[in-house]
Amino acid sequence: MQLIELHGDFSNTAIIGLQPRGIQLSKRLVEAITELQPETNLKYGELDHTFFRDDIGRGEIFMPKKSNINFSTESLNIILVDDVLYTGRSVRASIDALMSFGRPKQVELLVLVDRRFQRELPISPNYTGVVVDSRSTGEHVKVDWSLDHPQVWLLSSKE
Amino acid sequence: MTSNTPIKHLLGIKGLSASHIQTIFETADNFKELLNGPVKKTPALRDITIANLFFENSTRTRVSFELAEKRLGADTINFSSSSSSVKKGETLIDTVNNILSMKVDMVVMRHPAPGACLFLSKHIDAQIINAGDGTHEHPTQALLDAFSIRERLGDVAGKKVVIVGDILHSRVALSNIYSLQLLGAEVMVCGPATLIPKHISHLGVKVSHNLEEALNWCDVANMLRIQLERQDQRYFPSLKEYSNLYGLTLDKLNRLDKEICIMHPGPINRGVEISSDVADSKHSMILQQVENGVAVRMAVLFLLGQQRL
Repeated sequence: MQLIELHGDFSNTAIIGLQPRGIQLSKRLVEAITELQPETNLKYGELDHTFFRDDIGRGEIFMPKKSNINFSTESLNIILVDDVLYTGRSVRASIDALMSFGRPKQVELLVLVDRRFQRELPISPNYTGVVVDSRSTGEHVKVDWSLDHPQVWLLSSKE
Repeated sequence: MTSNTPIKHLLGIKGLSASHIQTIFETADNFKELLNGPVKKTPALRDITIANLFFENSTRTRVSFELAEKRLGADTINFSSSSSSVKKGETLIDTVNNILSMKVDMVVMRHPAPGACLFLSKHIDAQIINAGDGTHEHPTQALLDAFSIRERLGDVAGKKVVIVGDILHSRVALSNIYSLQLLGAEVMVCGPATLIPKHISHLGVKVSHNLEEALNWCDVANMLRIQLERQDQRYFPSLKEYSNLYGLTLDKLNRLDKEICIMHPGPINRGVEISSDVADSKHSMILQQVENGVAVRMAVLFLLGQQRL
């Protein structure tokens, strides 16, 4: 609702899901908006930030996924969508990756879960589903999409 | 390179599995998309340094590797043997170790001796990418060839590819045979008997000495240059005769009852193995191969570069 208030008919807006785990949420978001505004010409894309990460070559091996943005991002309002915002590092990489497609007018961030006390970079979401205030680094948040309503689990690493 | 055994060096196609190659292709798809966008650069390898050691002449491979490295944000140094201390008698290991002591992470090497990269990989502590070692292998060329076939024809599996020309001296031929077979294509080699290694059928390839027959069989023809610089004796009576029998002309293409794609790893000797009208025709994939070379090499560098710790 907040999105519709701010972006009107979405004629100059694109929703971009972040690979891999932001895709589910972004697709549902686009479905929900098209249901409310069947006439909308909202643009939708998917973005992979692998090549822009700051931890390449530091142990984990990253496999790129597909970026799929078949429109010009020039002068658009972009809403980046991801499931969990944690350290902020992948959002930083995503913003860089997005810039390689052109210069958008504005970039916003929408997340389902915000772990706001775990940030390592000065990044904060514009739209949030739930906030998880856990301070322990030994826990991780899992979003389960297999059911009709997505479920958010806070798991300790022992499990 | 995440699947199966991780690979530290790219010494040849032999040693790779089909899933390694698929991983490289999928990564190259992403890089190709990036290269076609407005900003062609990523900082993925920004903290690594790559030495391009070319002990043999090269235009395409060298420029392609250098561009790929720069697009990935790596620092590069270039070295060619003609302007170096190799001329003063320094050995290969000494040369490379001296360069490595200046904190270089990866080495891209072309060398006239077959096996030079394998030899180096056993004696130095850096990742090595073979950019062509004598008559042995040229893995990135084979990868970009297969990638181009996949792009043009949808898939490599089930396709029929004929490699025409100087098979005996060609590293491109050997690497192509390995990669195409791994990906499920059928391979034939075609050329004068003197330029086809005696026991090549043990690799599971068909052999033909008749260009027309080979062209009728294939979906893709990969034309190779006659490598006069590697020929220590005469293998055929004259270049003119070779060109008449094995040179690809538009006339020969038009006589086929189907359309085939033409590839060439370059450099082209126009009028010898391929005529100008074929090289510049719509059948030709030559410039597409060169274009794909950068994306494929970026993929190889990126995947290997991630594993240096």
